[in-house]
Amino acid sequence: MLMENRLRVLRAERSWSQLDLAEKLEVSRQSVNAIETGKYDPSLPLAFRIAELFDRSIEEVFVSPSQRRSGAI
Amino acid sequence: MRPSSAIKRYNIRVVWLSLLYAAFLVGAILAFNHRLVAGPLAYLAAILPAIPIIGIFVAIGRYLVEEQDEYVRMLMVRQTLWASAFALSLATIWGFLESFGLAGHIDAYYVAVAWFGGLGLGACINRLTLGTAGRC
Repeated sequence: MLMENRLRVLRAERSWSQLDLAEKLEVSRQSVNAIETGKYDPSLPLAFRIAELFDRSIEEVFVSPSQRRSGAI
Repeated sequence: MRPSSAIKRYNIRVVWLSLLYAAFLVGAILAFNHRLVAGPLAYLAAILPAIPIIGIFVAIGRYLVEEQDEYVRMLMVRQTLWASAFALSLATIWGFLESFGLAGHIDAYYVAVAWFGGLGLGACINRLTLGTAGRC
């Protein structure tokens, strides 16, 4: 089960395009798109880089599948 | 997609290895057609065209090690898995058909040809399931 995330919202708040975010993370735009659309879960190091870029904790960016199932979030 | 430095290095390696393959293959064909080689040298001449092909497998491995974009790397890993499944399945099916006398003999190096074809199949499956084929 893939994780949900708030990447699109966080990116929109800063008026960044997918390409802008990709360049800041030093990944391809396809990677950002795949993560945003829930087709790919990033590795832990990349998830930390994303969270740190937005000055958030990982839990504020990515939704734990177990918490989503239990309805906690 | 802007090519990464890893894919640029991969492309350069593959171009050089392809040129080397063409040169070795032509050389081997000429050597055997004109009966210039015999004994151990004949074995060496016969194996020479295989070496650049093995080099391309190594180049793909190097690319997987050097690619920094983990998503793009995952796409290539999926392609190689599809290629392996495709080539090994074809080889297994053909092997049984041949064993039971239902198909003619095919040279074993066509497994490598099928594997490279399988990379294309993997790219198509990546495009269908994930919306992008990756860099290769």
